Amino acid sequence: MSILVIAEHDNSELKQATLNVVAAARAIGGDIDVLVAGENCGAVGQAAAKADGVSKVMVADNAVYGHFLGENLGELVAEVGKSYSHILAAAGTVGKDFMPRVAALLDVAQVSDIMRVESEDTFVRPIYAGNAIATVKSTDSIKVITVRPTAFDPVAGEGGSATVEALDVVKDAGLSQFVNEELAKSDRPDLASAGIVVSGGRGMQNGENFKMLEQVADLIGAAVGASRAAVDAGFVPNDMQVGQTGKIVAPQLYIAVGISGAIQHLAGMSDSKVIVAINKDEEAPIFQVADYGLVADLFEAIPELQRAL
Amino acid sequence: MKVLVAVKRVIDYNVKVRVKPDNTGVDLANVKMAMNPFCEIAVEEAVRLKEKGVASEIVVVSIGPKACQEQIRTALALGADRGIHIETDEEVQSLEAAKLLKSVVEKEEPKLVILGKQSIDSDNNQTGQMLAALTGMGQGTFASEVVVEGDKVNVTREVDGGLMTVALNLPAVVTTDLRLNEPRYASLPNIMKAKKKPLDSMSPADLGVELAPRLSTLKVEAPAARQAGVKVADVAELVDKLKNEAKVI
Repeated sequence: MSILVIAEHDNSELKQATLNVVAAARAIGGDIDVLVAGENCGAVGQAAAKADGVSKVMVADNAVYGHFLGENLGELVAEVGKSYSHILAAAGTVGKDFMPRVAALLDVAQVSDIMRVESEDTFVRPIYAGNAIATVKSTDSIKVITVRPTAFDPVAGEGGSATVEALDVVKDAGLSQFVNEELAKSDRPDLASAGIVVSGGRGMQNGENFKMLEQVADLIGAAVGASRAAVDAGFVPNDMQVGQTGKIVAPQLYIAVGISGAIQHLAGMSDSKVIVAINKDEEAPIFQVADYGLVADLFEAIPELQRAL
Repeated sequence: MKVLVAVKRVIDYNVKVRVKPDNTGVDLANVKMAMNPFCEIAVEEAVRLKEKGVASEIVVVSIGPKACQEQIRTALALGADRGIHIETDEEVQSLEAAKLLKSVVEKEEPKLVILGKQSIDSDNNQTGQMLAALTGMGQGTFASEVVVEGDKVNVTREVDGGLMTVALNLPAVVTTDLRLNEPRYASLPNIMKAKKKPLDSMSPADLGVELAPRLSTLKVEAPAARQAGVKVADVAELVDKLKNEAKVI
C-alpha cells in the first residue's frame, strides 16, 4: 500500500494537522508520501520531511496553488494521487474543499472526517452531528479520505529524514481566481489544536464581554471559541465557532461559558477530555456532558475565576 | 439566468437521533423530517437573486423517495418556479447524487447551481464539490456572500482563518454556509400556490445513471456516553478540582 498525504500549511509553516493526518496514515500502514502544494512553500517541504514516518516529500511550488483553490488542487492531487492506494488530507476547510473534487475526478467515493482506522478499507466516522458513529467500508481501488485531526495523536515533527523532490506539475483549471482574504489575527493558540479552550455563548450578551474570557484564556494559555449563537449575534467572528458547522475541537479542557449546549455545539466539543460548564440555568443541556458544572451568573463567576487563577 | 438548487430531505435538526438496537442505522420511523437547513439557505439565496433581477428562473431538484416531494413543494412555496424529483428508494451516496445532478445540469443548463455545504444527517460535505468536478465548473464552497457580476460570481467563503473571496467563471457551483442569509418562512397563500407549480418526476435510469454505492455501512453505534459529572458549589471549588483532581491547569 502507498499513501499520499496532502500537507496543510500556510505557505510558510506546516500546520500540526498534517502530523495528525500522517498518524492516521500510519494506522493504515504502508509507505507514506507527502505532497506540499503552494507558493514559495519550500520551508514547508523541509518541515514535512522531518515528520516521523514519511518516506518522500513532493513539493509543487507554483503561483496557481498559492491560495489553495479547490479547482487547481483537485486536478493536481487527482493526477499525483492516481498511483496511490490512499489519499488523505485534514478535514479543515481546505481539505473539505478540494478532496471531494479529487474523488469525483478519480470516480471514487470519499470517506469524510474519519476518527478511527479499523483496517485499510474500513473507517469509523461520525454522522448526525456526532450522535451516531458509523463504520464504513470502501470498495474503491483508491480511498480518498479526510481525517478529523483531533482524533489522532500527531506523529513527531522532528527526527524524520524523508527525501524532498520538486514536482513540476502545473494544473491551472482556469475556473477561479483569488480576490482577497480577511484573516482574523490572534496571538492565542490555534483553536483547533489548543490544549485548553474557553468558549462563550449567547449568555455573554455582547462582544465587549468576550474580553473577560480572553483575559482568563491568557492566564491559562487557552484559545477562545464561541457558540453559533454568539457568532450570529455578531459578538465574535465566525472562525471562532465551535460545532457541527464550525470547528471540531478536542482539548484537554473545554470551558463553556453561557452556552446552553445545543446538539450542534456538542458535535464540536464533546470529545474534550474535561468539560466545564458555567451557566446560570441549571437545566441547560451542557450540564449533561460537563465533568464539572457551576450554576452561577457568569458575570460574577468569570472575574472570580480570573482572580483565582 | 437560470439557477438550479438541490435540496435534501433529512431528519429535523432538533430531533435527538436514536441508533437502532441492531446497529444497522438510525431509527427514522415516525421521526419528524424537514428540509436540510443548509438547503433552505440555498433556496433563500436563489429567491433573493431572483428578487434582485439576477435570476430569471429557479429550478429545485431533490433525490430520494416519494416523500421528498414535500421538500420540493416547500422550496416552491418559498419562491422556486418548478421542481424536479429524481425518485428512488435506494440509498444515494454523494458521488451518485453528484452524477444525477450532473445529468440535470446538462439538461437544464443553469448558470448557477446552489447547494448546501453539507447535509446534517450524513455530514459528508462532498456533493457540491463533486458536482463541480464532474461538470468542470468552478466551486465557491462554504459561501457567506454571493455577488453575481456579469459573467462571473464573487463568492466570499468561510475558511479556517477567517474569510476568503474568490471570483468564479459562470456557470459555477456554490455551496452555502449558515451565515449566507436567514431563510424566510412560507406563507399560507404561497404554500397553496406552490401546489399548482410544475413538478416533474423521473428515475435515475431516465437520467442514465446507475446507482452503484461504493461505501457500505457495516454498523452504526451510539457514541460513547460521557460519565455524569459533578456540580461544584463555587469558583474556588472549581479551580481546586481542575488543579488537583483533573490536573488540567
